[in-house]
Amino acid sequence: MTAIDPTAHLTAEQIEELGRELDAIRDEVIADRGEKDAAYIRKVISAQRTLELASRGVLLFSIFPPAWVLGTAGLSVAKIMDNMEIGHNILHGQWDWMRDPKIHSTTWEWDHVSPAEQWKHSHNELHHTYTNVIGKDNDLGYGIMRVDEDQKWHPFHLGQPLWNFLNACFFEYGIAAYDLELGKNLHKRRRKNPEFRARAKAVGRKIRKQVLKDYVIHPLLSGPSFLPTLAATFTANLVRNIWTHSVIMCGHFPEGVQVFERRSIKGETRGQWYLRQMMGSANISGSKAMHFMTGNLSHQIEHHLFPDLPSNRYAEVAVKVRALFEKYELEYVTGPLPKQVFSAWHKVVRLSLPNKKPAVKTPDREQELVAA
Amino acid sequence: MTSTALRSRAWKLLEMVTTPLLPSDYLDLVSPLRAGADLRGRIEAVHPETGDAATIVIRPGRGWRGHTAGQYVRIGVDVDGVRLWRAYSLTSPTSRQDGRVTITVKAIPDGKVSNHLVRRAKPGTLIQLDQPTGDFVLPQAKPAKVLYLTAGSGITPVMGMLRDTEFDDVVMVHCAPQPQDVIFRNELHDLVADKKLRLTEVHTDTDGILDIARLDELVPDWAERETWACGPAGLLDAAEEHWAEHGVQERLHTERFRPSIVVTGDGGEVTFSATGKTVDADGATPLLDIGEEAGVLMPSGCRMGICFGCVTPLKAGAVRDLRTGEITEAEPGVLIQTCVSAAAGPCDIER
Ligand code: FES
Repeated sequence: MTAIDPTAHLTAEQIEELGRELDAIRDEVIADRGEKDAAYIRKVISAQRTLELASRGVLLFSIFPPAWVLGTAGLSVAKIMDNMEIGHNILHGQWDWMRDPKIHSTTWEWDHVSPAEQWKHSHNELHHTYTNVIGKDNDLGYGIMRVDEDQKWHPFHLGQPLWNFLNACFFEYGIAAYDLELGKNLHKRRRKNPEFRARAKAVGRKIRKQVLKDYVIHPLLSGPSFLPTLAATFTANLVRNIWTHSVIMCGHFPEGVQVFERRSIKGETRGQWYLRQMMGSANISGSKAMHFMTGNLSHQIEHHLFPDLPSNRYAEVAVKVRALFEKYELEYVTGPLPKQVFSAWHKVVRLSLPNKKPAVKTPDREQELVAA
Repeated sequence: MTSTALRSRAWKLLEMVTTPLLPSDYLDLVSPLRAGADLRGRIEAVHPETGDAATIVIRPGRGWRGHTAGQYVRIGVDVDGVRLWRAYSLTSPTSRQDGRVTITVKAIPDGKVSNHLVRRAKPGTLIQLDQPTGDFVLPQAKPAKVLYLTAGSGITPVMGMLRDTEFDDVVMVHCAPQPQDVIFRNELHDLVADKKLRLTEVHTDTDGILDIARLDELVPDWAERETWACGPAGLLDAAEEHWAEHGVQERLHTERFRPSIVVTGDGGEVTFSATGKTVDADGATPLLDIGEEAGVLMPSGCRMGICFGCVTPLKAGAVRDLRTGEITEAEPGVLIQTCVSAAAGPCDIER
């Protein structure tokens, strides 16, 4: 799609060989997966629960400013852990191999307004299968933004920096709406569809429970600290939303990441699928703590290649994957968080304006973009 | 309002506080063995019995309802991070005062769980437990004469009985390859010395496999005895035939540990419709394994066809019972045991 195809120098055989090498990396981790990994996720889960409980406890006294600050910070971190390293990864089935019904993708529910079931469909199935395919992968711009020069500009896009900012603040609601395919389903006829109504109801129930917990029950329990606790939980949700939004933007939006045409994935081989994941994702570099707080989505490239490998193994896998990028002369898009966030935002702002040179339009492309 | 209603209200409120988790998820952090928790146990000690067998001392959670001598318990153990369930006979007497129970495990070649328990299990480890079950138990009314016929680890449920209830006249015939392979040997010989037991050891490495006809010579009055037999399928098949031939089959009680696999079928494409997964299955692999390999959360227990912890509706197609070769076809309400069933053609499992 982009003017120059960065994979043009690879032959079909090379691409298949690359696929085999990646399969070998995967097999190695699977053969070695075991007790240590299980201990890791259990430790993270109990640390998260302890932190959340302690922070909520401190917030009972949030009328005192130091308690407010401490409790809010703790709750923000706990919510980020629940979302990223725990929820996202368990719902990917990364820990299903343990056969523990309490840590299984079919039973896990997270502190998020999108019900796990719906998120798994839109994220695991649609986004991970059709990564960065325009018109198929709605994560590309979430259906409200223009993220590639080839997409047609519309005056609506002028507002996209604002939409993106609002989306960041209320990200969990954005995701819930997105999982519901709200835009598409709000048409009169679709609204009545019983399947859509059932899903919308499930979201409503989840929202009610979450809101009740964060904005009614816990503030009430705090008694005289009602308002400070309310403010604290609101802040923690805001911090979590902005953080996850930033991390996720860094996964596919920074400059250098490729997008693909719908036609290009017809009859895609395993090697080509891998290649698309490699070219369609970007990493964040940083410390161990950074990787942990992003739920190891800082290893987005590795995650997209092997979405069901336990997250704690991505770091070691990354070394081998990066060597393959070098071997096959491909660009491994990575950088520190501020740089990647800036890069992604820069793109959002740039594409909110029409292209300097209009894109070449073919009737076929038009159609795809309407579908997008 | 009654106190139960009050309590359930309070619990509802607590659930609102902890949503989307449950209050028990937090309580488990501090008190996994409390009343009301999912039943678990803590391994408190591991005592070696022979070169390849060990007794595991377990403190069960508060919800444990107690057992009857001869029963087994299913336990879920994490081996290399993977939770595996197996059934083991309880070997402790029901009168044990300290609230602990024991199982005695013999490591079988390539047995993941048994080797783990015998060689690697550490005191302090939490395991998952089920309530004890099984009807290989002693009757209410004491029989005058008892025969225990056992081989290998088949001695474990019988040891539970021996330790639990004293009879006036007890004979045991036990088979093991060599003297040092006899589990509980010292304790058995103590019982013999106290005249509480008459024991015949058959050492199969030197004596050969027990010929059931030899019972006439080893225990001349075997036909008058209430008999409990446990061991490999060959021994139990021979015993059942022998007792039936003499018209005393109602005096024989047997317990089988593993299904003997008779027929293998053709396999087929298996759909796990609730999860939306479809995989190819051969005709020899239990559907339980097929499902687990495919990442479907399959309920399971003993994995050998005795606990019905794995029953699942068969929505379409046919499966073959790996023990008998029997074919089961889908019909409304038909449940299959996934641990002993394999695909006999394409089928749809509701998981
Ligand atoms: S797991 Fe026990 S009967 Fe299948």
